[in-house]
Amino acid sequence: MTTELITSELVDLDLVGPDRASVVRSLAERLVAEGRVTDIERFLADVDAREQQMATGMEGGIGIPHCRSEAVTAPTLAFGRSRPGVDFGAEDGPAHLVFLIAAPQHGDSDHLAVLAALARRLMRDEFTRTLLDATDSSAVAEYVREEVTP
Amino acid sequence: MRVVAVTACPTGIAHTYMAAEALEQAAKATGDEILVETQGSAGSTALSASDVRDADAVILAADVGVTDRERFASKPVVEGTVKQAINDAAGLIERARDAAGRHPASAGAGTPSEPEPESGEVAGTGFGTRLRQWLMTGVSYVIPFVAAGGLLIALSFAIGGYQITEAPDVTERFDPASLTSWAALANQVGSAAFEFLVPVLAGFIAFAMADRPALAPGFVGGAAAVAVDAGFLGGLVAGLLAGAVVGGLRRIRVPRAVAGIMPVVVLPFLGSLIVGGLMFVLLGAPIAAAMTALTGWLNGLTGVSALLLGALLGGMIAVDAGGPINKVAYTFAVGGLTTGSDTALQIMAAVMGAGMVPPLALALAATVRGSSFSRAERESSRPAWLLGASFITEGAIPFAAADPLRVIPSAVLGSATTGALSMAFGATLRAPHGGVFVLPLVGDPLLYFLAIVAGVLVSALAVLVAKRIGRAPRSAESAPVESSAVTV
Repeated sequence: MTTELITSELVDLDLVGPDRASVVRSLAERLVAEGRVTDIERFLADVDAREQQMATGMEGGIGIPHCRSEAVTAPTLAFGRSRPGVDFGAEDGPAHLVFLIAAPQHGDSDHLAVLAALARRLMRDEFTRTLLDATDSSAVAEYVREEVTP
Repeated sequence: MRVVAVTACPTGIAHTYMAAEALEQAAKATGDEILVETQGSAGSTALSASDVRDADAVILAADVGVTDRERFASKPVVEGTVKQAINDAAGLIERARDAAGRHPASAGAGTPSEPEPESGEVAGTGFGTRLRQWLMTGVSYVIPFVAAGGLLIALSFAIGGYQITEAPDVTERFDPASLTSWAALANQVGSAAFEFLVPVLAGFIAFAMADRPALAPGFVGGAAAVAVDAGFLGGLVAGLLAGAVVGGLRRIRVPRAVAGIMPVVVLPFLGSLIVGGLMFVLLGAPIAAAMTALTGWLNGLTGVSALLLGALLGGMIAVDAGGPINKVAYTFAVGGLTTGSDTALQIMAAVMGAGMVPPLALALAATVRGSSFSRAERESSRPAWLLGASFITEGAIPFAAADPLRVIPSAVLGSATTGALSMAFGATLRAPHGGVFVLPLVGDPLLYFLAIVAGVLVSALAVLVAKRIGRAPRSAESAPVESSAVTV
């Protein structure tokens, strides 16, 4: 089993779903299928708990649901792009790019550094623009992996 | 501006790092330096004590408690949420700039042990105030060199007599049983310390203006000022120039790859090249030419009354304390000694008396009205008594460098008085230096003493009056640091 941050199976360029809960669940199912999450209900509960603290929608059409959870086996990103957009609580409108970040509860810091690198990339216009314009899942996965490589 | 920041969010997975990235990007865009400590799950490099000490302001972008917040206690702190940092990092940087501006005390050399400037002018951020802070930073670092070098040289005169400056190098001849050898050693060590005066002054003025990258250009510029005989005024120019040049260079945006080596390699290199080059090329030749012209003019002076000549030479001795004008006057006086004529001996007496005045007068002024001087200046007043008495005019440099426009004219006034009176009294001197230690070689010592006292009183009075001009009424000591806290 690969422990890459993201694989093409974890990319959904046509994310379908009317609301936050449904798109997060849809991405979480991919995590389960890839063996990154062992217990989807527990994982979704942890994501929700984090979301309750403060909405994870950001200006610029980005949502970053995330959590540290006992149900996560390795630091992983599931990425979805929604053309119509999904509300993640950002003030300037719905999110078109959804980054579901799953971190294991007991990951060591080296292990989690890849997520820190990912978070920093989210602040770079070039990164989000590339993802908005992407046409191929495996290309997206490869691009993200390259970007977060230290 | 130099900023340190801490970012922290509840899960420590995403927002901590996004906020850090946003702050770094915003700081880069405005040409500021920022170091961010990400208190997240991936660990981070903690800010070092010196990072915090050198920072002009602190940004805390956190939704949870910041670990070890106490280390920022003495700094202007701006607080916000991680979301504020992510959405409006530029706004936080601007707030940090405002906060740093309101607390200029911590913007300088970052020596928290020194409550400088304590002049009660902290509230203003005008150019004049900042200029004074830069100069005071330079002065506070130069004082130990003045004290160490000056006391050693005075000691060498005390035990070795004024001829001690003619003693051979201690590296060539040093006899532990000979008192003269020890005096020569003290003299030569003291002279070595004095070599640092101008470079240290220039280096730390530059440091106060543009932080560590400016230190080397400042020192180099100061050394160039010494090499071209520009004196401490040349050092002030070099320091301010280095600070301005490096401050300007820092605003240039560079690729990320180069940014890392900017402060330690590129800025010191370019800054030293520019400042050192300007000092040598633009200042060197004109100063040398001016000194030659001034010397020629002095030698050609005829029919000038003794009184006027004494006043002129006295004023020249005081104007730049070891700088080019001082050197011309002093060389003129010493050059006459070989002729042994009465006039020449009178001129020597006038010049030495005038050179003793500035440190003595400033020591007196700082003693009778300490509130007109900073703490650093008050501390340097104690050695200044001995330096003045030993005809080490450099004892006035800390005062003159900190506030040249008020101190230099006052010093000139008193020294000119002493020079004129000494000539009028016909006092003579056969030694080229030595201060009180050559009093036995003075003709008419009582009137000579009177001439010096008169000059000291004139200078001290003048400086105290000058210190009251153009100064806001002084308030209490520096305001305590408050943080412009915005509660999350």
